[in-house]
Amino acid sequence: MQYIIEARNLTKQFGDFVAVDSISFHVLPGECFGLLGPNGAGKTSTIRMTYGFSPITDGHLEVFSRNITNDWRAIRYRIGVCQQENNLDPDLTVQQNLELFAHYFDIPGKEARSKAEELLHFIALDHRKAARVTELSGGMMRRLMIARALINDPQLLILDEPTTGLDPQSRHQVWQKLEELRSKGLSILLTTHYMEEASRLCDRLIIMDHGKILVQGKPSDLVAQHVDRHVIEVAKPSAELRAFLLSQHLKHDDLGHRLLVYGKESDQLFHTISNCYCRDDCMLRMATLEDVFLRLTGRELRE
Amino acid sequence: MNRIPRWSISWRFIRVWQRNLRVYQRIWKINFLPPLLEPVLYIVAFGLGFGGLIGKISYQHLEISYVAFITPALLAINIMNNAFFENTYASFVRMYYQKTFDALLATPLSLEEVITGEIIWGATKSVIATVIMQAALSLFGLIAYPHGLLIIPLAFLGGIAFGSIGMLCTGIVPSIDMFNLPLFLFITPMFLFSGTFFPIDNLPQWAKSLSLLFPLTHLVHIVRQLSLGIIHAGLLWQVGYLIVFSLIFFPLGLFAMHQRLIK
Repeated sequence: MQYIIEARNLTKQFGDFVAVDSISFHVLPGECFGLLGPNGAGKTSTIRMTYGFSPITDGHLEVFSRNITNDWRAIRYRIGVCQQENNLDPDLTVQQNLELFAHYFDIPGKEARSKAEELLHFIALDHRKAARVTELSGGMMRRLMIARALINDPQLLILDEPTTGLDPQSRHQVWQKLEELRSKGLSILLTTHYMEEASRLCDRLIIMDHGKILVQGKPSDLVAQHVDRHVIEVAKPSAELRAFLLSQHLKHDDLGHRLLVYGKESDQLFHTISNCYCRDDCMLRMATLEDVFLRLTGRELRE
Repeated sequence: MNRIPRWSISWRFIRVWQRNLRVYQRIWKINFLPPLLEPVLYIVAFGLGFGGLIGKISYQHLEISYVAFITPALLAINIMNNAFFENTYASFVRMYYQKTFDALLATPLSLEEVITGEIIWGATKSVIATVIMQAALSLFGLIAYPHGLLIIPLAFLGGIAFGSIGMLCTGIVPSIDMFNLPLFLFITPMFLFSGTFFPIDNLPQWAKSLSLLFPLTHLVHIVRQLSLGIIHAGLLWQVGYLIVFSLIFFPLGLFAMHQRLIK
């Protein structure tokens, strides 16, 4: 099987600081692969090495089975990158932004224009094509960034936090577009802070922290493996409840003001807990990727 | 452990040049005015106001008016300023605020190509500004032709020299306000002491030697000779100085930007 991306013991150091610590992963054709982790986990460093922006310190990194250090230029012809910060050209119009970008990929003027129009239609910005970028809303800019990353018909789309800072409507619209792209067979490498985004879009993902991979797998498998299916959340838990959980050897996290109890078939347990230990302040919900993430990376702030 | 960065420059820098030209075309009307109006203001101030106090001045056995003396200096300063400001403030805005370079580095362009395109663009702006200013000055009969036509390619060379040193500053300064420092320490002294508004022969010997280190001194000298219709092989020394200056500072500019951006 030919991999889209293959990283073996990939390492990135800045002076003494190890940002990415010998990680290995691969991305399959047509797959949406997620990189998750708290701030400073090494996600962006990994992504920057993948498109040949940052030189790798050690290890091996291939994209389309070609070495990124030697063949970065050939690789960049075939990838689209949507960076974390919007870096559209504020002096130019929406359409000019796309056409100019096509030019960097040696796409001739006529083809660039039709490609730009096609993409403007795809991201539903046809009506704003003559607008200046500075007149666009945050969601529109983000969609334009994604369209720009698609200008060269890439075989791999790299997205660094594509929906950070967007309102829910814009976020859902971006997700819908990304799902459309994925269904057409485009391979995607994605970083995100939103677990909902990762669960919805990613076929497989890794959770990183301090430059290392903590877990790797399908979102649903990770949930099943690490937090079971259900979570009972109890606000202001009592000492009796704590004692009960310990005596029953139930998997749980004690956050002081809040308790999370994990389980597979929790209906019965929920009744017991809600009847005996708390009245209004508890609820039963499905376990999510966010529970996995917080269990694995801890709850302290990363600043 | 870091591998030595491999430099890679190809014809592709022209893409970056084209990008800047495209943006310039959108705002060319504003860009057009300063080189057109500035010499007129100077000529009125120095020719009518200041020149009356001075009368004729002696320059290399020639008696010329003060306006004829400073006209070439205005052109040379214009060459310096256009490239220097383009590759400091304007490049810094593209690099730091607009993140344009980050976007370019996700395409098949290398950082060296981006920076080369920026410097060549800065030199191009010097040429454009020179053509406009020279046209205005020619209306006053202050430039001898055909010799004066050589000032145009010279503007390109001068632009590379001053753009390269501007790019070096951009690679080093922590914030955009810090450009005040090279402006104050480098550009302003050159503006005043490069044989621009008085001949450097009027300076004490030590100051004269110092001024011969300034690239602007050499640029002013060539432009002045050409404007007066004098051409001789000796000018090649000055051209050579500017070429050597560029050959030193161009790679230094690339290196500084590489250090700054590639992490």
